[in-house]
Amino acid sequence: FFVFFTEEERRVRANDREYNEKFQYASNCIMTSKYNIITFLPVNLFEQFQEVANTYFLFLLILQLIPQISSLSWFTTIVPLVLVLSITAVKDATDDYFRHKSDNQVNNRQSQVLIGGILQKEKWMNVRVGDIIKLENNQFVAADLLLLSSSEPHSLCYIETAELDGETNMKVRQSLSVTSELGDPNNLAQFDGEVVCEPPNNKLDRFCGTLYWKDCKYPLSNQNMLLRGCVLRNTESCYGLVIFAGPDTKLMQNSGRTKFKRTSIDRLMNTLVLWIFGFLVCMGVILAIGNAVWEKEVGALFQSFLPWDPPVDNFLFSAFLSFWSYVIILNTVVPISLYVSVEVIRLGHSYFINWDRRMFCSRSNTAAEARTTTLNEELGQVEYIFSDKTGTLTQNIMTFNKCSINGRAYGEVMDILGAQQKRVQPLDFTAWNPLADRDFCFYDQSLLEAVMVGEPAVHEFLRVLSLCHTVMSEEKREGVLVYKAQSPDEGALVTAARNFGFVFRSRTPGTVTTHELGKAVTYTLLAILDFNNIRKRMSVIVRNPEGRIRLYCKGADTVLFERLHSCNHELMNITSDHLNEYAGDGLRTLALAYRDLSEEQWEAWAERFRGADKATDCRDDRLAAVYEEIEQDMMLLGATAVEDKLQDGVPETIAILSLANIKIWVLTGDKQETAVNIGYSCKMLTDDMTEIFIVNGHTVQSVREELRKSRERMLESARTRDGGKEAPPSSLLESISGEFALIISGHSLAHALEADMEREFLETACACRAVICCRVTPLQKALVVELVKRHKKAVTLAIGDGANDVSMIKTAHIGVGISGQEGIQAVLASDYSFSQFRFLQRLLLVHGRWSYLRMCRFLCYFFYKNFAFTMVHFWFGFFCGFSAQTVYDQYFITLYNIVYTSLPVLAMGIFDQDVPEQRSLEYPKLYEPGQLNLLFNKREFFICIAQGIYTSVVLFFIPYGVLSHATQSNGVPLADYQTFAVTTATALVIVVSVQIALDTGYWTAINHFFIWGSLGTYFTILFAMHSSILFNIFPKQFHFLGSAHNTLGQPVVWLTIALATVISIAPVLAFRFLKLDLKPQLSDTVRNTQLVLQKKRKPGGRVGRGSRRSGYAFAHQEGFGELITSGKNMRLSSMALATFASRHSSSWIDTLRRKKHANSTGAQNTPPTGEDSAASSQTPPLSTSSSAAGKAGQACNEPVLTHSPDDIALSVIRCPEREVGECSTGTVQVNIHLKTSSSTNCILWG
Amino acid sequence: IMASSYGAKEEDGHHPGSAGLGGAAIRTKKPDNTAFKQQRLPAWQPILTAGTVLPAFFIIGLIFIPIGIGLYVTSNNIKEFELDYTGTDMSSPCFNCSQSWNSTNTCKCELFFSLDQPFESNVFMYYGLSNFYQNHRRYVKSRDDSQLNGDERSLKEPSKECEPYRTNENKPIAPCGAIANSMFNDTLDLFYIDPNGKKRPISLTKKGIAWWTDKHVKFRNPGGSNSNLTTVFKDTAKPVNWHKPVYELDVDIENNGFINEDFIVWMRTAALPTFRKLYRIIQKNNDMTPTLPRGNYSLAVTYNYPVRSFEGRKRMILSTISWMGGKNPFLGIAYITVGSICFFLGVVLLFIHHKYGNRNNSSDIAS
Repeated sequence: FFVFFTEEERRVRANDREYNEKFQYASNCIMTSKYNIITFLPVNLFEQFQEVANTYFLFLLILQLIPQISSLSWFTTIVPLVLVLSITAVKDATDDYFRHKSDNQVNNRQSQVLIGGILQKEKWMNVRVGDIIKLENNQFVAADLLLLSSSEPHSLCYIETAELDGETNMKVRQSLSVTSELGDPNNLAQFDGEVVCEPPNNKLDRFCGTLYWKDCKYPLSNQNMLLRGCVLRNTESCYGLVIFAGPDTKLMQNSGRTKFKRTSIDRLMNTLVLWIFGFLVCMGVILAIGNAVWEKEVGALFQSFLPWDPPVDNFLFSAFLSFWSYVIILNTVVPISLYVSVEVIRLGHSYFINWDRRMFCSRSNTAAEARTTTLNEELGQVEYIFSDKTGTLTQNIMTFNKCSINGRAYGEVMDILGAQQKRVQPLDFTAWNPLADRDFCFYDQSLLEAVMVGEPAVHEFLRVLSLCHTVMSEEKREGVLVYKAQSPDEGALVTAARNFGFVFRSRTPGTVTTHELGKAVTYTLLAILDFNNIRKRMSVIVRNPEGRIRLYCKGADTVLFERLHSCNHELMNITSDHLNEYAGDGLRTLALAYRDLSEEQWEAWAERFRGADKATDCRDDRLAAVYEEIEQDMMLLGATAVEDKLQDGVPETIAILSLANIKIWVLTGDKQETAVNIGYSCKMLTDDMTEIFIVNGHTVQSVREELRKSRERMLESARTRDGGKEAPPSSLLESISGEFALIISGHSLAHALEADMEREFLETACACRAVICCRVTPLQKALVVELVKRHKKAVTLAIGDGANDVSMIKTAHIGVGISGQEGIQAVLASDYSFSQFRFLQRLLLVHGRWSYLRMCRFLCYFFYKNFAFTMVHFWFGFFCGFSAQTVYDQYFITLYNIVYTSLPVLAMGIFDQDVPEQRSLEYPKLYEPGQLNLLFNKREFFICIAQGIYTSVVLFFIPYGVLSHATQSNGVPLADYQTFAVTTATALVIVVSVQIALDTGYWTAINHFFIWGSLGTYFTILFAMHSSILFNIFPKQFHFLGSAHNTLGQPVVWLTIALATVISIAPVLAFRFLKLDLKPQLSDTVRNTQLVLQKKRKPGGRVGRGSRRSGYAFAHQEGFGELITSGKNMRLSSMALATFASRHSSSWIDTLRRKKHANSTGAQNTPPTGEDSAASSQTPPLSTSSSAAGKAGQACNEPVLTHSPDDIALSVIRCPEREVGECSTGTVQVNIHLKTSSSTNCILWG
Repeated sequence: IMASSYGAKEEDGHHPGSAGLGGAAIRTKKPDNTAFKQQRLPAWQPILTAGTVLPAFFIIGLIFIPIGIGLYVTSNNIKEFELDYTGTDMSSPCFNCSQSWNSTNTCKCELFFSLDQPFESNVFMYYGLSNFYQNHRRYVKSRDDSQLNGDERSLKEPSKECEPYRTNENKPIAPCGAIANSMFNDTLDLFYIDPNGKKRPISLTKKGIAWWTDKHVKFRNPGGSNSNLTTVFKDTAKPVNWHKPVYELDVDIENNGFINEDFIVWMRTAALPTFRKLYRIIQKNNDMTPTLPRGNYSLAVTYNYPVRSFEGRKRMILSTISWMGGKNPFLGIAYITVGSICFFLGVVLLFIHHKYGNRNNSSDIAS
């Protein structure tokens, strides 16, 4: 056997560690950390010096050690360099420490390994390829296993793959029949089969291998595999053979390499730093030429006083050295502290995110977490959000909310005045129904009454719900039912029926046992007409105990309504109205119907059914046709409305984010219907949209065609709107402001993402306001993100909660993980994590915006101050023979960046705020400068540089002009070098301090402390350095003795400093004032309106009526019905349980009656207490509830904005006249700003 | 009024997470509700409004213009006389000296000049050099401060910075370095010529021309209290360009060796290639006569210092002094100019603000 560098195939023999060791397969130990204690220093330093900047400073340091070049002491570079390196090293060490910790935690999880026939507890990391391990219910699978046997019948086992692909529905895995017989540990210990399979790869849905055992070959497929990251569900235990371990597992293979993410500011900064290097070289060359000329023309004559240093023998060589000398002294234009300051600022911003109480979810007790500290300012520039659906937008919890039975709607709770009443007490089912689910909540008393009165339609309705499904029940203890549903929708419906007294209790392949109002009833299950995507409905045909055969059907209303008996017309209309209503509320609807079948009809149909079932060709089509035959002339019962519970505040968040010009794409593994439903309920899609394009083609041509058509439609509608004005199509597509949405399915996306079509797809998609991609694989998610990232030059953010989102989270510029139910894979891969989608608005609009603003202001100022500082040397060069003499004391040069000017700008970079946080949520338009990259770009950079250079000119030539003639008041000239140095340095420190004071918009105590402190520190250090004490100890180092005293005691010097300050600052001040006065930015205006608006605005009343949408959004696979009727997944135990059914026939109906009576007298008249007000005060700022908006107490000062793209935004301040006196100010002013873009923003103050 | 608000942050309306926990011992990870962590620190938020910026400009203008005028007037009242004695011109008395320079012979020349106005109070006498790069990097660093501070070790073993003026004939040079080596060594004497033609020497004080710290702290003779500088400096060589060793700079022990004030003044390098250094002070007599009355004077120069090789110029300057130092018209003019510009800018901005300004700003509304 050979060990290949790349494994070509994998051979694993069970229970034979010796054999398997030959291949040196990876062990199950995972390692994501980078260093250990010994390697840390060398590896970390090596990495750090891969940073160009660090190497550059090392190079400078070496240059400085050459005496002929050294224009500065070595410590001017080494002090900052060491500081930077150690700060970074500390940060890296902490990061790695946490990685070690999490690795250890995972590696030390316990698993049971079969060693020598005995089950032994082993840590995960000690599990080897070829081991057989035992898994128990709800355990994580430790490695990629071949399922050998399980405790369940037919060796089935259920797994949840949420960690892996994000799908929360359970999946079935089955072992080979040969191995399933092995059963107990003793037999398994003897098992010595050998698996030959493909090498490790990252394909989650494919596995291909062969098991050789006892001279037989058995093919293996993905159906036999349990992958690491899955969780075993509803299966007591199972045994598996480890095939891939640790880094070879599909999970780890999928997680990929962590790419180091850089922000666009980072990239811009790197470009600018390169430019500055170029600039530096230019200046060096100019000065070197100057030096050559000077040495030739003047220096040569000056030789008698100032000979060349020994190795220099001609002016050219001198110029060469002078070039390097100038590179050293001018290097401060790219200060080393830039990078470390940026890091510190980002760290500060990250802490603010971690500390934010309003991004803390008390339910899950998790605070938001910035997991990387390098991306914060990019949060202020996001243009595209790619969101997962399940668990991100939704809670993945379905609740049965409303229903319409026989034309009557239930579930809407009205009080006497007809107003909606929130939060009445939920009905108490448990008192009269011991089998009821305690978690189920329903508020409408009337449905319960109808059940008790015994309305046949209601009973039949509930019967459909309890019979027509593919749910499995489990009754661990008597009376405690657990439903295992394929899709949460079904679970919700069956649970609803259960609570209303139609309890689905158990099923066998041929029967369904229910408990109808306390009576056990067993139906004979004649057929399940299973669900599929095209049929959009499912039916069961049952024979009740009386022998009557009935077909019960539930399905999408559109499909079902076509198959109703004509006598249902009136009912259909009413139900249809109800359905519209439900849809408007974003509920998922289903229509229910039944059909009585005669024995003959059934027999005849059953014959045809059997024929179709046995058919070998086109079985599916034939079956569908047969189903179609029987699902006719049905009688409508009503409709259900299930709420796919959105997370709190999702529609509001999406509304705000889209007002901030952020485009939201939903990428989901769910089916199209589900995805569209959610799109509606979270208001991404509305009925007001001009058009919604659905791309669903299976071939390249059809997809291309569909995309082309939708583009044409867009152009067409744009043209009609513009009154027929023609414009070039490509640019028009960019500027289309219409309301379009694109829905594309996974298989179409596969074609659309191909190289030749991706541009088309992108153009189409980007012209749409909402894009929903459904049935997409994790890889496709990443590809979509990559596509936008590549072509749009926009900042992308991916948000998701499942392991299937990992790839997209890693691909996007910013990855956000929702720390929810679906494990922690997404969070681990993410850059930011929190537990609620709605925190995204705060993360972006508040933290992101501020981070961006602060970073931009920081950078502007930083470049400014360093140019102002450094360029003085350049001007001085012309007066000192281009000799690279510095203007300042070397200590000043060392300390300028790290002490005198670092803290004020850091404080600004960390604490600055332009507008208060509430304002950035109120005016999402404030987010736009970040997207357009307005605050720091090349133009702004040049402005900063120009300002810096201007300041340096002032700082050099004003002292030059004054001091060259000035004398002290005792006659001693002030034109000596040291006086000049002190004057210039002091003026510089004062000017940059005034400038930072001007830049700081938010003066906290810390800013005050740092700014005044820096000035104080400067003077303290100055006097200390120039004191006789230091001079007496180190006379050579501190030769500026007495300069501070002599210089700063002179009024002329102060007059000079004042003059320089005014000349430097006044133009800036005038310019800024003009800009503010003539062209104020939105943020300036908002900032100006400091009068506090206490209330937050609410969106206008236009609560869009949703369109009728098919609610047949089962997230389940077809074919489950077949599994049920075949009886494969039945447990013996559940059959036995059916016998319990009749036991609980005790008189709970009586209990119910008593209870009901009590309710009607007592509870009805009790007004709702504290609950009500609590509920309204907790309403999120952008609540859609009109009731809250109407509350009189809040009406005052409460602006209501209607956002509609084509109209001028109207802002109305709800301030009833009688309450004017209570308003904080008497006058109310409304100011409407019109912007060219589709949305408008409103500035209000009262 | 400054349109600003002090920490007017709204309360976040967040109810403390007491609800539901019921005093359970679950440690909540909820971040602390401190103003710092929630970014609600009280803060002053200044805004550039017409109400702040325009007055600022006017105030700057109104302050700067009077200061400028004051400075200008003061500067104009200062009397200054400058005399170039380089001798580049054939007609100059020092022409010969400047042409034939060698270190052994001393060359003397005398220049005559007249003062139109009397110089009241103390008069300061400077020598000025042009095109002399005392601020050249190699020049500036070429000194040993610890030697000059009287350090015995540095006296024997001067710093490497002094190269190539570190040692001469295996003896350490004291004071070492290029600065010391190139010390200005012309001697200037001033004579008043009576109306009757008689030359009367004017007494020149050579003390108090250096910084106090330089004289008393920075520069010290080696050997501590040993007043015999000849023995102190016996193992050292004089700088190559010097005529006399350092301990013969003056006879006065308080002004000899490293603490010779002329030497100290020279060692304080100039920032710019054209500079002046204080040479002597002409103390005001106690009587009513001006320090330097109107009339004719002569300047006797012992021409030692060669500047012709690098096209330098040598000047002698006489100047009186005010509270703000010597004659310095630049500062006054600059102040007047800047003040006027600021004032003018204020007017322009006011005009622009009135005509085109964004009237919607709350600075106008917030009444």
